[in-house]
Amino acid sequence: MANVEVANVGKSFAGRPVLSQLDLAIDAGELICLLGPSGCGKTTLLRIIAGFIAPDAGRVRVGGADVTDMAASARRMGMVFQAYSLFPNMTALENVRFGPRVAGVAKAEQTTRARSLLDMVGLSEHEHKYAHQLSGGQQQRVALARALAVQPQVLLLDEPLSALDAKVRVQLREEIQRIQRETGVTTILVTHDQEEALSIADRVAVMHQGRLLQVDRPAAIYREPADGFVARFIGSGAVLSGVTEGAAVRAGGRLLPASAAGAHPAGRAVDLFLRPEHVRIAPMAEAGPDAVIGEIRGTVFLGAQTRVHMVLADGASLWADLPSVQAEGLTIGVRVVARWDEAAPRVLPTTG
Amino acid sequence: MTRMGVGGWLTLSFGAVFFMVPLVMTLAFSLWEGGDRYGFEAYHLLLASPQLPEAFLLSVELALSTIAALLLLLVPGMIFMNIYAPGLRPAFEFVATLPFVIPAIALVAGLTSLFSGPEWLIGTPFYLVIPYFFLALPFVYRALDVGLRAIDLTVLTEAGQSLGASLPQIIFLVIVPSLRTALVGSALLTLAVVIGEFTFANVLLFRTFAVFMNQVGRHEAQGAAALSVAAFLLTWAAMLAVLLAGRGKTKSPGDA
Repeated sequence: MANVEVANVGKSFAGRPVLSQLDLAIDAGELICLLGPSGCGKTTLLRIIAGFIAPDAGRVRVGGADVTDMAASARRMGMVFQAYSLFPNMTALENVRFGPRVAGVAKAEQTTRARSLLDMVGLSEHEHKYAHQLSGGQQQRVALARALAVQPQVLLLDEPLSALDAKVRVQLREEIQRIQRETGVTTILVTHDQEEALSIADRVAVMHQGRLLQVDRPAAIYREPADGFVARFIGSGAVLSGVTEGAAVRAGGRLLPASAAGAHPAGRAVDLFLRPEHVRIAPMAEAGPDAVIGEIRGTVFLGAQTRVHMVLADGASLWADLPSVQAEGLTIGVRVVARWDEAAPRVLPTTG
Repeated sequence: MTRMGVGGWLTLSFGAVFFMVPLVMTLAFSLWEGGDRYGFEAYHLLLASPQLPEAFLLSVELALSTIAALLLLLVPGMIFMNIYAPGLRPAFEFVATLPFVIPAIALVAGLTSLFSGPEWLIGTPFYLVIPYFFLALPFVYRALDVGLRAIDLTVLTEAGQSLGASLPQIIFLVIVPSLRTALVGSALLTLAVVIGEFTFANVLLFRTFAVFMNQVGRHEAQGAAALSVAAFLLTWAAMLAVLLAGRGKTKSPGDA
């Protein structure tokens, strides 16, 4: 178990910068997720930490030791790949034993260690099977056990769940979290799936265009996005552009209540972010002089809740999550009043 | 699976007849002893010939040497190309196809003027390993290419490295065993090419199995036919051995 420090790392491919001056400190024993859309540089960063790619600039330190120039095979980092990484000529047990075997561990010890890890991932009964005899989820469990068999300083997971179907994906991500807690190994998980990142990570690092935009606990990333990209990328909701006016934002000729606007100078161009769970709907009879009025355009049934899509007078969209029983009475085309607590919206200066 | 219709059976029968008739006729001819007498005379004569084991042994030795040379060069070469320089693939493909388009007789002429040494090699039949290398190259390249495409070489290599293995360890413990079917296939194809090769050996005056078969055929037609049948059965037995070996515990990822 060791901490990882990425300092000022940069990397370009064919003149195109993929990572620029990136700093990231990962605590020992932490499970951190690198989250971002494809092409944001998250996999490149993971591969630099693993030693498969040499950075153009910057250093990587593990447990205080500089590993930037160290070969991947000397770094003692277990890695789980997207798919098809099990050695096809070996059984599950032989795969897990491989690391200790090449490290020269005594044969009896190799087997003991491999068996206990297969037991940990729940595959004791499949130890004699080959990769092609295992399901996708089972293969990834074996890959996880194999990576842990080298008693890694850091565990690297490169989109390990992306090739699996939805149900197995949820099971396995909970398993990864459980095993990570049991072993206490510092873990870096790369994913483009925000639900995956938010549900299992201790901290999430959101990346975009080769930069780290925000590194924080999942709840903080969701509630207090530091940046317009993070606010748009994480979760869902409405983005309304306008200018600040006291504790509100003027957008489309209407004042939208938002206490956070007070933190910005008056007249500043801002984006107001509003999550669907914060928006309520009231009948037109309750419309006051400053009411925000929207026309219902559609509903999406999500089970217990229904997401209602409204369009404001200026054409901007707004969403509200209502209990499904309450949403049943709504008809498309009806005009309603949209309300929210003035503390709910996040207000950030307009970017780009 | 759907049942095969009349058309399918017809096609299959036609194919079987097409392949079987020449073989059966050769077998019949090798057993013919003039008039309406049939027997194993030709085979007895053949086995009695002191040159047969010599020529056959030489061909087998040449085949084994060629297999060794090809695999030792191509396996690491193709692994490195696939991992580190996939951009070179078209160049590899081009070179591997060249032997198909250059006539054997042109190769012989070029070879004899190019390789004039070393003495220990050109004086012996093992000089033939050089042309045989090029003759079998396209087949071996193809077989290995198919094998390498069936596994994700980059991911397997990186997985091995992350587990602390060196590149040679990864090649010998993971990649080569995963290529077993391709390696056996390459070896078999090379064996077939070398055992049957006539032009080079004949021009360069070495008495290999094919040259011997030709010589026998000149004055003893039944003997040549007997030899063909024997050679066919031998190849067939080798194939069967490979097939049985392939049923061992390791399977390629493509198998169900």
